[in-house]
Amino acid sequence: MATTARRFGNLDTAEDAAAEAFAIATERWPVDGIPPNPGAWLTTTASRKAIDRIRRESSRDARHTEAKLLYDAEPDPVGVIDDDRLRLLFICCHPALSMEARVALTLRMIGGLSVPEIARAFLVQDTTMGARITRAKAKIAAAQIPYRVPAAEDLPGRVSGVLAVVFLIFNEGYLASGPDTAPVREELTGEAIRLARLLHGLLPDDGEVTGMLAMLLLTDARRSARVSSARELVPLAEQDRGLWDVAQISEGHALVRERLASKVAPGRYQLLAAINAVHTDGDATDWTQVVALYDQLVRLDGSPIVRLNRAIAVGERDGLEAGLALIDDLDSALSGYHAYHAARAHLLRRLGRDTAARDAYDAAISLAGNTAEIAFLTRRRDQARPEDNGRCG
Amino acid sequence: MQYLINVIDYRSESGTAEEAVAIDAFNKKLIAGGHWVFAAGLADPTVSTVIDGRGDEPVFTDGPFVEAKEWAAGFWIIDAPDLDVALKLMCEGSKACNRRLEVRPLLSDP
Repeated sequence: MATTARRFGNLDTAEDAAAEAFAIATERWPVDGIPPNPGAWLTTTASRKAIDRIRRESSRDARHTEAKLLYDAEPDPVGVIDDDRLRLLFICCHPALSMEARVALTLRMIGGLSVPEIARAFLVQDTTMGARITRAKAKIAAAQIPYRVPAAEDLPGRVSGVLAVVFLIFNEGYLASGPDTAPVREELTGEAIRLARLLHGLLPDDGEVTGMLAMLLLTDARRSARVSSARELVPLAEQDRGLWDVAQISEGHALVRERLASKVAPGRYQLLAAINAVHTDGDATDWTQVVALYDQLVRLDGSPIVRLNRAIAVGERDGLEAGLALIDDLDSALSGYHAYHAARAHLLRRLGRDTAARDAYDAAISLAGNTAEIAFLTRRRDQARPEDNGRCG
Repeated sequence: MQYLINVIDYRSESGTAEEAVAIDAFNKKLIAGGHWVFAAGLADPTVSTVIDGRGDEPVFTDGPFVEAKEWAAGFWIIDAPDLDVALKLMCEGSKACNRRLEVRPLLSDP
């Protein structure tokens, strides 16, 4: 490590790089065999990693400078880096930009991802993504979208716009869509958590920001248990809780407790965080608590998707028929949404109504976009035998 | 920084008396805040004329330059330090004239 530190004159960089080199070594050596000169291998690998890191960081700084150059504003009264980042986040997530542009700009300017990386993440051509980012930057300059933190009265609305972008990035990672992508894309879930952490550091008193970070941590904590070795989605109740990330769960729980202690009425993300805290507490989900939290959430956001999730929880608390009745009420609003058909299918299967369950699974499969979810739904569908064909399995 | 705000409409001469009163009040507010540059209602696009004066003889064409389901029925030009201020002001403008608006920056001197 000292070798690397001498070369780069920065202990942090050397330390990180050495840690990464060791991590790679522990992965590769058992497979590739130990190289003839392990020390030299480690130093070379660490140097390469340090160079990558410096490139990444310097291009990140360059992007901040680039962003500032878009404005011929007078020099900042406070030269605090955090302030810069916050302002940059508010520009990237400006409501006058399309959601696609907001996500792309945020990943580029704050996350430090390259254009090809972002293009791959959203399954579009590099040139398309490049044009999208260029167009957004041109609009920021031409329409004079300001480089500043919004006034207190506008802050909640603008913060919720930033949170929506973070949530979208996380969801695209956690339930990645598209036939050729991995079922979970850690580069996106990780980036979303990094952004939520950054935002939490910048706005520590914002309850919804805390809620977002807690919700992402408590959801991401279950990532390793969520897809089986057969690359199939594993539902919550069947997950191996031993695979859950204990550190993420305890951090998430602490954040939820902090919000509860504040005695301020929770917003949407805080309620979702609390629901995920219940899911990750003890040996099994306490559905009575989950329903109570969804009751609160429905009062804030009575959208059909929230009501669907509440109905699923009611089914677990009060019995499958009760849940199914509530789900069936949402037919007109959600018939184009795969999770609606999947939720119906699971309940119908558990109620032994196999023919109806198969139809619902078919509908869910035709609308689902995640490969692991499709694999899971397909297996469940095939387990549900039509009642009228006389075969027995 | 100046912004052109187009008032979006799909009907001809659809303004009402209540809307006119609300627009007047909003305009007074724009003037008081130092944001007012200009504003006007526009005649129906069917009465416009397209000209092409680039050749030897000017060519006139009856009607708008583009046939669309929606068009500008009026406009404002306002002065605002940045887009956030313009958007906030014109959210009120949209309420006053009871229509959707398009905010478009004017090119400033380089």
